[in-house]
Amino acid sequence: MDTGTIIIGLTIFVLACFAGAELIAKVPPTLHTPLMSGSNAISGIAIVGALLATGHAETLNTISFLGFLAVIFASINVVGGYMVTRRMLQMFKK
Amino acid sequence: MLGIKYLSSPNTAKQGNLLSMFGMAAATGITLATPGLHGFNLIIIGMFIGTVIGGYAAIKVKMTSMPEMVALFNGCGGAASALVAMAEFQGVGIGLNSFTLITLMLSMIIGGLTFTGSLMAYAKLQGLISTRPITYPGQQFINGAVLLVTVVLCWFLFQDPSNILVFFAILALALILGVLAVIPIGGADMPVIICLLNSYSGLAVSMTGFALNNNALIITGSLVGASGIFLTKIMCDAMNRSLANVLFSAFGKVDESAADSGEAQTGTMKGFEIEDVATILANAGSLIIVPGYGMAAAQAQHATRELGEYLGEQGVEVRYAIHPVAGRMPGHMNVLLAEADVPYEQLFALEDINDDFDSTDVVLVIGANDVVNPAAKTNPNSPIYGMPVLDVEKARTVIVLKRSMSVGFAGIENDLFFMENTMMLFGDAKSSLQKLVASLKQ
Repeated sequence: MDTGTIIIGLTIFVLACFAGAELIAKVPPTLHTPLMSGSNAISGIAIVGALLATGHAETLNTISFLGFLAVIFASINVVGGYMVTRRMLQMFKK
Repeated sequence: MLGIKYLSSPNTAKQGNLLSMFGMAAATGITLATPGLHGFNLIIIGMFIGTVIGGYAAIKVKMTSMPEMVALFNGCGGAASALVAMAEFQGVGIGLNSFTLITLMLSMIIGGLTFTGSLMAYAKLQGLISTRPITYPGQQFINGAVLLVTVVLCWFLFQDPSNILVFFAILALALILGVLAVIPIGGADMPVIICLLNSYSGLAVSMTGFALNNNALIITGSLVGASGIFLTKIMCDAMNRSLANVLFSAFGKVDESAADSGEAQTGTMKGFEIEDVATILANAGSLIIVPGYGMAAAQAQHATRELGEYLGEQGVEVRYAIHPVAGRMPGHMNVLLAEADVPYEQLFALEDINDDFDSTDVVLVIGANDVVNPAAKTNPNSPIYGMPVLDVEKARTVIVLKRSMSVGFAGIENDLFFMENTMMLFGDAKSSLQKLVASLKQ
């Protein structure tokens, strides 16, 4: 990875941080719980990393095992997180 | 195409959630379609297992134990990041450049810490371990030392990436650090800690993104990280304490100095019977209900709504006052009351309702304690001094539903309970409320 890529990455990082803060500032306290579980679900995006890690291994080895575990954990995070959020938001609908 | 995900806006929360789900599905799909990916069987089995576990848990969980669930899910996210970092490290190992190496280590440490930290938070919330802060002499020192050793080991690994022993040592330390960081934190501070851990798991993802040079991961991770930190700050502000104070002061450890200083406690608590309270309620013109964690613990949200609804029909003006840190996670009370079908318009935030207590006939405090403690305003020695509280004592009558005489999570006495205009109704909040409704209807 050359310096250029790193700088681009860091720029994205900083921008996204601002975007995140902006986003929260507008959320009413009522929705803090769904918001948290929602953003929690989003952090399950690690699943992408998990998929890549698992997929890189050409044969079954430690790496693919670690990746496999990561996939399980990340899917729990994603699926559970979203479903819980959905359940909560459904109650606010009325 | 991933941009959609970040549009999830607050007021259209439902669509937001769907949109973000869609974004996630897209990201996963695109990743799966990456050429040169192997091991599809493993991936599919893994995703299946995860989906079943996560889905089952999400459907089964009670609304009142939502904080635990979120903590647990969050821990899974952290673990996933750490595992990815480990896999990547094993896979590429020696050929890594320094930047990738640093981010991988960070990802592993933050992820590991989030994992065990969340598990501890879960255990505390479930009551598996004491919700009181666990402290021991030299705690700060030990925590600091562990952190220092971790940093030093990272340096070693940095010098010699092939040293697998150091690698595992770092992992172990990160896991230990997660435990150490959470055990001294009291039950009342859990909302803050959950926010913070959430933010950590975002950061871990973001670091993984740097390491894998994957922009989607960087963006999403930092988004979650930043929003988590921001939410944490909101929570801290609501308690008028700094983050450092929450993390290190072991708040709620029974504080002798503060206990001594409360001379107001010489008064007596006045316990009352259901009928007395019912009479007061029946003659009230306006009522503000203040729910707290006790309501959640007693599963009393439906009974609360029933009471509020009945009194509303009798022409009483019924409102709910929600303190920002009531309950065990941000917005906990709102979710529960929404579950019980309490109309959204009746819920008011601290700053919107605090001026109205003067002109209110009756305040009904259900399982809340520290958030209505006037000591926060009057007693500079109190550990919660300066925290914004609900001015319930200004109302003509305050009725407190409480299980026992014990202190709240901050571990301090509440002067409110000894005041002239306070009526205590001891017992389980749910059954008390049900009896109240029955008695009123007669």
